[in-house]
Amino acid sequence: MFRIENVSVAYGKVEAVRNVSLSVEQGQIVTVIGPNGAGKTTLLMAAIGLLKSTGRMMFQGTDLARIDVEGRVERGLCLVPEKRELFADMSVADNLLLGTYSLRDRSTTRKSLDDVFDRFPRLRERSKQAAGTLSGGERQMLALGRALMAKPKLLVLDEPSLGLAPLIVREIFRTIASLRSLGVSVLLVEQNARAALETADYGYVLETGEIIQSGPADTLIHDPKLIAAYLGGH
Amino acid sequence: MTADIAAILAIDGIATGAVYALVAIGTVLIFTVTRVIFIPFGDIAAFTALTLAALDAKQLPGTVGLVVVLACMASAMEVTSLARAGELRAVPKAVLGYLVLPLIVVGIVWLTMRFNPPMPVRIVLALLLIMPVAPLLDRIVFRPIADASVLLLLTVSVALHFALVGLGLLFFGPEGVRTEPLTSMAIEIAGVHVSGQTVLILAAALVFSGLLFLFFDFTLIGKALRATALNRTGARLMGIRPARAGTIAYLLGSLMAGVSGILIAPVNTIFYDSGFLLGLKAFVGAIVGGLASYPGAALGAFGVGIIESFASFQSSTLKDVIVFSLLIPVLLWRSLASQHSEEEVEE
Amino acid sequence: MTLQQIRLIIAAAIACLIAAPFVLNPFSITLLNYIGIYSLAAIGLALLTGVGGIVSFGQAAFVGVAAYSTAWVTAVNGYSPWLGLVLAVVLTCSVAAILGFVTLRLGGHFLSLSTVAWGLAIAFLFGNIDGLGQHNGISGIPPISIGPFALVESRQIYFLIWAIVVAVLFVCYNLLDSRIGRAMRALRGGNTLVESLGISAFQIKLVTFVIAAFLGALSGWLYAHLGRFVSPGPFDASMGIEYLMMAMVGGSGSILGGVVGAAIVTLLKNSVQDYLPLIAKGASGQLEIVAFSALFILFLQRARQGIVPFLSGFLPELKQSRPQAASALPRREQPAPGTLLLKVSGAQRRFGGLVAVNNVSFEVRSGEILGLIGPNGAGKTTMFNLLTGALRANSGEIAFAGHSITRDQQFHIARAGISRTFQHVKLRPRMTLLDNVLLGTYSRTKTGLLAGALRLNQAEEASARYEALRQLERVGLGDKPFELAGNLPLGNQRVLEIARALAADPTLLVLDEPAAGLRRQEKLKLAELLRSLRADHLTILLVEHDMEFVMSLVDRIVVLDFGSKLCEGEPAAIRSDTRVQEAYLGGVA
Repeated sequence: MFRIENVSVAYGKVEAVRNVSLSVEQGQIVTVIGPNGAGKTTLLMAAIGLLKSTGRMMFQGTDLARIDVEGRVERGLCLVPEKRELFADMSVADNLLLGTYSLRDRSTTRKSLDDVFDRFPRLRERSKQAAGTLSGGERQMLALGRALMAKPKLLVLDEPSLGLAPLIVREIFRTIASLRSLGVSVLLVEQNARAALETADYGYVLETGEIIQSGPADTLIHDPKLIAAYLGGH
Repeated sequence: MTADIAAILAIDGIATGAVYALVAIGTVLIFTVTRVIFIPFGDIAAFTALTLAALDAKQLPGTVGLVVVLACMASAMEVTSLARAGELRAVPKAVLGYLVLPLIVVGIVWLTMRFNPPMPVRIVLALLLIMPVAPLLDRIVFRPIADASVLLLLTVSVALHFALVGLGLLFFGPEGVRTEPLTSMAIEIAGVHVSGQTVLILAAALVFSGLLFLFFDFTLIGKALRATALNRTGARLMGIRPARAGTIAYLLGSLMAGVSGILIAPVNTIFYDSGFLLGLKAFVGAIVGGLASYPGAALGAFGVGIIESFASFQSSTLKDVIVFSLLIPVLLWRSLASQHSEEEVEE
Repeated sequence: MTLQQIRLIIAAAIACLIAAPFVLNPFSITLLNYIGIYSLAAIGLALLTGVGGIVSFGQAAFVGVAAYSTAWVTAVNGYSPWLGLVLAVVLTCSVAAILGFVTLRLGGHFLSLSTVAWGLAIAFLFGNIDGLGQHNGISGIPPISIGPFALVESRQIYFLIWAIVVAVLFVCYNLLDSRIGRAMRALRGGNTLVESLGISAFQIKLVTFVIAAFLGALSGWLYAHLGRFVSPGPFDASMGIEYLMMAMVGGSGSILGGVVGAAIVTLLKNSVQDYLPLIAKGASGQLEIVAFSALFILFLQRARQGIVPFLSGFLPELKQSRPQAASALPRREQPAPGTLLLKVSGAQRRFGGLVAVNNVSFEVRSGEILGLIGPNGAGKTTMFNLLTGALRANSGEIAFAGHSITRDQQFHIARAGISRTFQHVKLRPRMTLLDNVLLGTYSRTKTGLLAGALRLNQAEEASARYEALRQLERVGLGDKPFELAGNLPLGNQRVLEIARALAADPTLLVLDEPAAGLRRQEKLKLAELLRSLRADHLTILLVEHDMEFVMSLVDRIVVLDFGSKLCEGEPAAIRSDTRVQEAYLGGVA
């Protein structure tokens, strides 16, 4: 349902992503892993339209070339960026409600809100608090919840485990895995290769802007080249 | 100075401050959502007063000409840029929004005026007529450089102010105006004589602030505006288009500036260039709020009003200098209080 | 284009200037006079706004202070215009110094708003102080006399005006090419860049501010004695915007642009006055300012760069000669290899609830390359900023060469011998490689403002230039020292930053992710360079996340994770440490 072909992205002077092709099938969780600086965030920024790219991007049969960021969100392509981009001075509830802005039909907002609170009880406790006062893990939950409020068809996650303690990472990835039952497809970019590959169906390895490896997640996770890619030595 | 005089000056200052507060809040609104320090805001207020005066005199206000010219320019620009991007499908909607809508407003005003409507209706017409001006100016002047630095936007804003003053003279002529008093009532509070106008000003300021507060806290669009002001990227990721948020901000802001123009018009003689001083004084208030906080801006505006009132008692000529000079210590204090982020210009 | 050719062009231009009054009609001469006078103010503004990056709406106020000063001295009190000049300059510069001292610490748009404020306040005072003629102004200002010659006619004062303009142009060009001028040109790179070079940004801004006021003062003095009449009108806010327009139209940061911009705006105003009545009968007066502002807005939207930089893109390049060998600049005494150089003890930094750096301690010894690594979000950048003074630690101590630098400001730390590079390269893209590296020599040289402007310092400048060339050669960029820094690929830009850091003769070189965004080849070259620097007994602290780059290069590694130090040791040990592997590859989900 999401396919990119020969996409290259320039970030300033640097060609941060070079000729990348990947695809996400309906209901799949696909992960792109790789060391820091590989170009993973740049790739996602191009997917949502915040950065210009060359090549083709197709989402549910539509060519994304002429569609701006907001248009992609309206079509169901939602990004949870690396920096979360929460509205720090607004309440948790307001942040969540804003997730529904892109929807045409807002009649189910109340139910969606309850669903998110059921999934993340800690957010319910803090629903009137300002988003800026939340801890790292709670912020990530809020960012995820807010994206879910938009009823996405493809949820794109940029390093969901960033800066989180191992226990919270476990929780977050469990939540991501459960999204399958909602029919949401997931494209997940991660530095934490183990957690990502244990959750995903399929994986791509990005290094210095290029895909060097891809395959089913459970095969990839045992590949010795992976360790080399992360810790040097090849 | 006796207690009586002090009380009168204070009440006067609060009333003026209330007018400044409306403009100050509008300035903060526009800045937080669009990063434009909209200097011509005061001119919008003055123009509203001039519009109302023309309506009072049963003449077609110069604003009509202004709106028509701006609408033509804005729609021409929008259509050209859409055509260049190959988005011809969006053209009819653009023409509707930028050309037809303003022309309909003009038409409504023209039509209604033929029936000699009473004062409240005239006020509504004046507000209706002034509201398209700022959003149209935004499309023409600021939208093409929306991503420029705050500094460049400020420079453009200052240049725009001068253009607007010139246009004001062209469309409104050099005479000063006063509109009919909104009310000739007067009341007594604790032995001090307070005019109905003053009460009205305070009431209007309160009502509008209240409405704005409700808008921001209880409607999705209001929250979307706040969100755009807090985090532009985050807002875009929610599907909130910055251009649309900007237009709404300008519309709302224009309404507030318009109301303040209508409130001071019966009290002071307004000329085509009176907007500058009004805008500047309100601006000092907005800076007290750090260009970010509404209560701070309102408080600052009241402060300016009161200081001006007492200063004019001492020396009416120097009162303006005092207010301009106030800006510097306020800026200093503000910069100490706020985070210094490096917004770098370069090539 | 050679220097000789440029000299010929300048001579020809001066010859034309001298010939003009004998060839042109009186109206044109008057026009040229005003262009000359406005040029001075515009050049000042070009320096302040274009070079220094400080948008000022108040230049007209400075011009006014000077004009009124000399009017008061000559017309009201009957003294000589030359005394008027003295008062004009002294008063204007003093006012500027005070205003600058009070407001220059403000940032960006707040600073510009303050210029609006005092610009208005001062302009307002002109019309309201007794003894200055109020709105009628002061008339009967005597002409300037040079000895027995009174410069009464346009043609006569023309020579004085343009002699001053030409002199100012020369001095300004010299200034911008000198130590202080380079520091001024660095201002637009941001405070962090400037301070990291050991330069006090505030001082340089203040100097620039006063110079702009000085030029405005010259302009005001000449204006008063040309028109022989002053009133508040020509010094108000709208004139302030016109000066800004002149400086920006001519070209941001171009001194010659000040003259060009003044000429364009003045001629434009004239033709607008001529043609507008044809287009809009009866409404011309008001439309003039509208047309003007509209043009300015259009210019700001489309052609921000300005005319002179645009045109100079078409000119052939100037051939400059490589700096010759000269006596060496003073060198710092370096510590013996192996001694303790940097000691971080229990450093802590919080951001609200987040502890970015948590009780981190480590040492750097002279002559080694230390790598500071960790996964994303580990606190490396924060630690780096603590070391260079960009952030202050909440607790803990950092000691460099025996002295505590925990609470020092950035530029003190830079002067103490720590030079840094930036993760997002901070170069001056429109300055040459040589000039960029010369910036690094600031703290090792002493040439002041006047000496630089009058080129009295040739010996020190030659030494500095040679040193800069040496560093460029050292890093492998010595073949094209006059290339513009912005034209280099990223890898070479990183290397250029290192050359600039080296030009400061540092004891400790701190590099912030130097390999980020580089291709494999570039990384290899960079590693080689760093190894050669170590062989030269330089100490290097390197923050990086590229493991392969780090492992093969450094002597020791400190690993951070979640803001705390995870472990330290030699590369091989670190790579095989399971805790490190987990930190990078991720814990078991």
